[in-house]
Amino acid sequence: MGGLMKEFFKGLWNDNPTFRLQIGLCPVLAVTSSALNGLGMGLATTFVLICSSVLISLLKNVIPSKVRIPCYIIVIATFSTIVDLVMHAFLPDLHRVLGIFIPLIVVNCILMGRAEAFASKNSVVSSALDGLGMGLGFTWALTLIGAIREILGSGSIFNHKFVADTAATFGFFSLPPGAFVTVGILIAGMNIISARLRKAS
Amino acid sequence: MELFYIFIGAVFVNNFVLVRFLGICPFMGVSKQTETALGMGLATTFVMVVSAALTWLLQWFVLEPFGLPFLQTPVFILSIASMVQLVEMFLNKTSPGLHRALGIYLPLITTNCAVLGFSLIAVQGAYSFIQSIIFGLGAGVGFTLALMLLAGIREEMQFADVPEPLKGIGIAFVIAGLLSLAFSGFSGLV
Repeated sequence: MGGLMKEFFKGLWNDNPTFRLQIGLCPVLAVTSSALNGLGMGLATTFVLICSSVLISLLKNVIPSKVRIPCYIIVIATFSTIVDLVMHAFLPDLHRVLGIFIPLIVVNCILMGRAEAFASKNSVVSSALDGLGMGLGFTWALTLIGAIREILGSGSIFNHKFVADTAATFGFFSLPPGAFVTVGILIAGMNIISARLRKAS
Repeated sequence: MELFYIFIGAVFVNNFVLVRFLGICPFMGVSKQTETALGMGLATTFVMVVSAALTWLLQWFVLEPFGLPFLQTPVFILSIASMVQLVEMFLNKTSPGLHRALGIYLPLITTNCAVLGFSLIAVQGAYSFIQSIIFGLGAGVGFTLALMLLAGIREEMQFADVPEPLKGIGIAFVIAGLLSLAFSGFSGLV
């Protein structure tokens, strides 16, 4: 039981895909102009991650190792197409904002990385937990970056504005350069916190 | 003249890396030295131009006539993946040095979202065949330009006194932010 919990929790902090492994960075920068967009993108990726981890883990004895990469791509592409079509039908506004980054889940390194490094070697249950942990780690990172950029850039949080309409905000953070700088400083912050934790233990 | 606008637009105004945020992983991963950055940039440019032609043909001669546009993502990514394999075999034979230098990143061009993202944008924009190829060339040149700029600055940064927590990837992001700020000066050019 402890082992399974470890698979789940490692994605949240120690192996956090965004801040620690630094993979799957395109959506981290592109869709985090607001907290809600970050949350939506994170949950969409989590869904694809769990489904593809489970399916690849189930198929690990069937897939010949020479053609495993194309097989993983097909599995992941199937699930990201499902998310794309479902979002288009039921959440058209969010789908429009996230744009091509929903079909681009298929080339997100997190998915291929987990398929190759974890799901192809481990049991179905631990692969599902690994996918869930990694997905939620990705989601909280995206939501945090989105929230910071939204608060500073437009003075609102989850689309609730808390400053006067005429108030000046740091528009810089809503624009592409602000995304890079926010992520850079957050990574530095994570390094400081991790160093403190290491010293304490 | 329109082709020229498409090219300039893809290189500067809507730079794939700094404005559209596509291909960030190789942008951060292979930008430690200008030499490998150039190799990676050229390989990606080549893949982009060929995939521009390939995905254009697939979209307008296979997917659209047979009513299969919902299969776009899997079809595009598979054809791009097999083409990258071809480029890898070609480089391995003709230039083993470059092949060694690019190492793990060459197969990763497949999962470089700049290539698939570019194909999807080109289809959405309903470009003609020639326009698509010029757009692909511009996207590749823009990617190479951004990669070379960051690599050049990071080489110089080795001698700078960077605060401990920001070292490595952190400062690279801040530099990329400043580059992106510079590129936003191009907006409205085309």
